[in-house]
This record gives sequence, C-alpha cells and structure tokens, in this order.
Amino acid sequence: MMRKGLFAVVATLLCGVASAMKVGDVAPDLERADLSGRQVQLAGHRGKLVLLNFWASWCEPCREEMPAFSRWQTTWQANGLQVIGVSMDDSSDDVRAFLAAHPVTFPVVMGDAQLAKSFGGVLGLPLSYLIDGQGRVIARYQGEASLKTMEAKVRELLSVPARGAEKRSR
Amino acid sequence: MTRARILGRRILASVFSICLLLVTADAALAAKPAASIPADKLIQPAEVAAMLKNDAAARTLILQVGFKSMFDQAHIPGSEYAGPGNTGAGLQVLRDRVATLAKESPILIYCGCCPWSRCPNMAAAYDALVELGFTNIRAMIINDNFGTDWVDKGYPTTRP
Repeated sequence: MMRKGLFAVVATLLCGVASAMKVGDVAPDLERADLSGRQVQLAGHRGKLVLLNFWASWCEPCREEMPAFSRWQTTWQANGLQVIGVSMDDSSDDVRAFLAAHPVTFPVVMGDAQLAKSFGGVLGLPLSYLIDGQGRVIARYQGEASLKTMEAKVRELLSVPARGAEKRSR
Repeated sequence: MTRARILGRRILASVFSICLLLVTADAALAAKPAASIPADKLIQPAEVAAMLKNDAAARTLILQVGFKSMFDQAHIPGSEYAGPGNTGAGLQVLRDRVATLAKESPILIYCGCCPWSRCPNMAAAYDALVELGFTNIRAMIINDNFGTDWVDKGYPTTRP
C-alpha cells in the first residue's frame, strides 16, 4: 500500500507540471526564421486565425494533411487565415528535401524540444492548433484528425460558407 | 573541352543529384508497418508501467527508437535514446548500443511518434535486433502517441 503511494508521488514528481496546451489557453509566442530565412512570429499574426501545425517529414498522416493546409493558405489568406508549419524533424536537411519534392504555400520553421515544451509538449504527431486573433487556442487536433472536420471549423471561424452552401449560392 | 560542354556536364550532374535526393527522400518515407512485429512480442504500456515498479525494469534495457526531439521532451525513466529506426544512421546507433550485450538480454523498444499503424521506426528497429540475434525483445505498443498513451495516463515520465 505504502509502496503504491510512494510510486504515485514519484510518478507525479517526474511528470512535472507541464501539460498539453488546451482550448482557452493563450498560446505562447513563437519567433523563428523559416527555412527560407524569413522571420516568423506567431504574435505578429494577431487579428488573424492561425493554424499552427506541428509535423515532420517522417510522419505519414502529417504528410497527408500538408496539401490541404497549403490549399487553405492560398484560398483563405485573404479571409484572414495564416498557416504556420513547425517541423519536429531532427534535421532541417530532411525537411528541405521533403519540401523540395512537396512544396507548400505557408512558412515552415524548425521546432525542437524546447519550443515543443513551451506549447505544453508535442509528444505525438500530427498536432495542430487553431489560434484566434487574440492568441487564444480555440481548437486542438491531435493524431489523425478528420480534415473535413478541421476544414468545417476553419470555414466557420473565417465566416466562409460551407461547401454545399457555396454551390447553392452560385 | 569547351566551356559550354563543361557547363552542360555540371548542369546534368546537378539535375542527377537533385533527382537522387528526391528519390532517397521518398524511399525513406516508405517504412515497414509496426503491425509486422509478432503479436507475442508486444507489450502494453500498463504492463511496462507495472514492470517499472519491480526489478524487471532494472534488468531490461529500455530504448526509445523514435525521434530525438520527442525523447528530449519526455521519456520513460531509465530509457535511452537509440534511433530513429527509420534511418540507417539511427539503426546504427541502435546496433552500437546493443553490440556488447548477450543475445538473451531483455530489451524493450518503444516510440510513440505517431499512431501505431503509421509508426516508421518500430518495425525497422525490431527487425534490426532480430537480425543481430537477440531473443528477448519486447515492443511497447502505443496506439496513438507517447503523450496520449503514456504521459497522459500518469505513468512515470522523465522530463529532461
């Protein structure tokens, strides 16, 4: 009994206080140069809807999401969307090679353990956050999320009509 | 040789290098699925967490064969980094780590980078150990990711 209690205490201490960023939390700032050398700052996009996507070139579900995010950036940039990619690859060479073959329309910065910890940990990919104009997290998608669900949320937040409604209004 | 010919050869060499890079990058993306690991070699996170409470953990070499950026955020206490299993360099780190061990030594590998069915590291790491002749390998099955299936469950975690 005592041994179990001790185990729980040790486990709690080892786990520390950091926990995943959740809906309602204010996202920490992120300021890094992207792979082309341009400075990217999350706080610099206040007033926009930001899709912050943690991904990696080795992550198959992440790779499947990339074309959609790239398309959304192009289509809804004027509506106030900004996609920012954070690669959790250990080497930027792998990211450059991947993006050379599969270009995207949004900036990609390199992430690391320190950056991941500031977002409450990135302990599994893919992981995406929708962050509102005030810098608050309004949605979190971990793992193989439905792109349809994500798109519907993005459309709703940007006040872009749903696909069916677009067709009907034409 | 004329300047034009030299320039032409250099352009051809550059194009060839770029193509090679792209082919290599895509080849690295095609990984053997974790589902290929025999079912009787799999171990659930709850079993591993229980194992950490007794002497079995001290006798077992626990290796994270995924990605360094994840290991540096959080890992199983006492585990070591030996990856990633999806690259030749990562597998060499694994081989070097176990080089001096007896073939019957208990080894536990885990990753948790992404959903089990999509993990690019586990099968390659498991196969490498089998090829080296290890007979007491267990692979921790992580359905979604290390955060959800280990850290969020409250299992012991080291956060460097």
